[in-house]
Amino acid sequence: MADRITAADVAHVARLARLDLTDDELARFTEQLGAVLDHADDVAALDTHDVPPTAHPLPLRNVFREDQPRPSLDRDEVLAQAPAVEDGRFRVPRILGEAP
Amino acid sequence: MAGPALEIAAAVRSAERSAVEVLDEHLAVINERDGEVHAFNHVMAESARALAADVDRRVAAGEDPGPLAGVPVALKDNLCTRGVPTTCSSKILDGWLPPYDATVVSRIVAAGGIPIGKTNLDEFAMGSSTENSAFGPTRNPHDLSRVPGGSSGGSAAAVASGMAALGLGSDTGGSIRQPAALCGVVGMKPTYGMVSRYGLIAFASSLDQIGPFARSVEDAALLLDVMGGHDPMDSTSIPDAVPALRSGLREGVDGLRVGVIRELMDGIDADVLARVNAAADALTAAGAKVDDASVPAAIYGLSAYYLIAPAEASSNLSRYDGVRYGLRVDGPDITNMYTSTRAAGFGAEVKRRIMLGTYALSAGYYDAYYGQAQRVRTLIIRDFDAAYQSFDVLLSPTSPTTAFPLGSKTENPLAMYMSDVCTIPSNLAGHPAISVPYGNGDDGLPIGVQVLAPALQESVMFRVAAALEDSING
Repeated sequence: MADRITAADVAHVARLARLDLTDDELARFTEQLGAVLDHADDVAALDTHDVPPTAHPLPLRNVFREDQPRPSLDRDEVLAQAPAVEDGRFRVPRILGEAP
Repeated sequence: MAGPALEIAAAVRSAERSAVEVLDEHLAVINERDGEVHAFNHVMAESARALAADVDRRVAAGEDPGPLAGVPVALKDNLCTRGVPTTCSSKILDGWLPPYDATVVSRIVAAGGIPIGKTNLDEFAMGSSTENSAFGPTRNPHDLSRVPGGSSGGSAAAVASGMAALGLGSDTGGSIRQPAALCGVVGMKPTYGMVSRYGLIAFASSLDQIGPFARSVEDAALLLDVMGGHDPMDSTSIPDAVPALRSGLREGVDGLRVGVIRELMDGIDADVLARVNAAADALTAAGAKVDDASVPAAIYGLSAYYLIAPAEASSNLSRYDGVRYGLRVDGPDITNMYTSTRAAGFGAEVKRRIMLGTYALSAGYYDAYYGQAQRVRTLIIRDFDAAYQSFDVLLSPTSPTTAFPLGSKTENPLAMYMSDVCTIPSNLAGHPAISVPYGNGDDGLPIGVQVLAPALQESVMFRVAAALEDSING
């Protein structure tokens, strides 16, 4: 179980997932994720080289609909739920510029 | 046993009782008990009263409001309700008012049903005890020191305590069936694709299904009959017509082949095993041919699930970024805003699953974890298919234990995950399964028995469930 997943791995994954973790969370998740991955060893060890993966339980293929306009959600109702709005659009902090 | 929902609908349709009076009775139970149980995040008293009054007006005008006339229905708080708070029991959605109704909500209202409130859940349906809620845990109405199960613990507790006649939950790895078992009510996960998920806030999209909670098998069938069927708004919804479930419910089990899943009888508490064996005996007495069945790959279900579900969740939950709705924690730039918003808005279990899923999908690990779990999923489906060559339905425990004490598993995620060991295989296969209350354990708390069936074989599954219910009530 030792070093199954290191604190550096967990910090890297947190960055990928856009999550700020406290030092305490980092330590706890390193231990807990290691335990879950240990449990997954039984699955990782199975010989499945000739078994196709299942991504989805239904045999459905692409689903098409007529390309016809129809009413969509009410724009004012949707924007009323946004944290910040300007001129009928979502307002966000600066995207381009100096790195933090 | 007809059940309270059918009785209410019959009485309201015949003007014997008014929908408003029925609603007031249920609101009184909520007032009296929900302070200690905390089944609801939000009670919809006003909108419910308006809908109930409308049902009464229609009855008075000689119209039929529909098969759920006046029946109060509790909605899990991950189902969108237009203009009504929908939180997923998460701080990140606290205060959000959806701009549309989930299809199941529209169908219930169109059938005369009365949404009475939004029920508590483990945050984003991630958990097995309803303790992972940003708004505090739900307690088991049979014993307030115990959990109701989860993640749909609020709906299970509401139906068990008479705060609602019916409830809706979502089931990704057992989140309807396990709390149903722990609260002593019927809970059912339909075939993947039978019930539209339009307006269900996504957790793991290849596994999630909406299903009913009820106090009788026939009440559960009634609600599924109303909810099921194709919806163009959900491209995973099955185009075929849904069989009417109530009509064949009492046809009996004579000659049916029932297999008890050997692999799911391992590591189960003795009092739970005793009830599964009693259920098998009752079905034998009712004319079924009961034998041992084997689904060997089922033992890998838990591990596969806890790679697949977090992987899908890590993708689905990327939408909570503070831009379009919900919580925003401002920062100097957009990346900082994302990370601060998500750190403040998500609870520990949600973060844990996002981390696990991101890891399982990340470069270098994808094939070993996520890819391998998907191949194991194929093995489980193959083993089920083989078992169903010899059996019409399968039988197992729903949960390895009765309701456990609050706080007893919160520090050990793996121990909590074990609660779902018997329910997960059906989600991975996309098959239907139902939990039927079948007596009590040594601690006096409810035990559920699970009936599993192949895809779209709900009719035979409900027949077996009804036979079990009759055997314990009769």
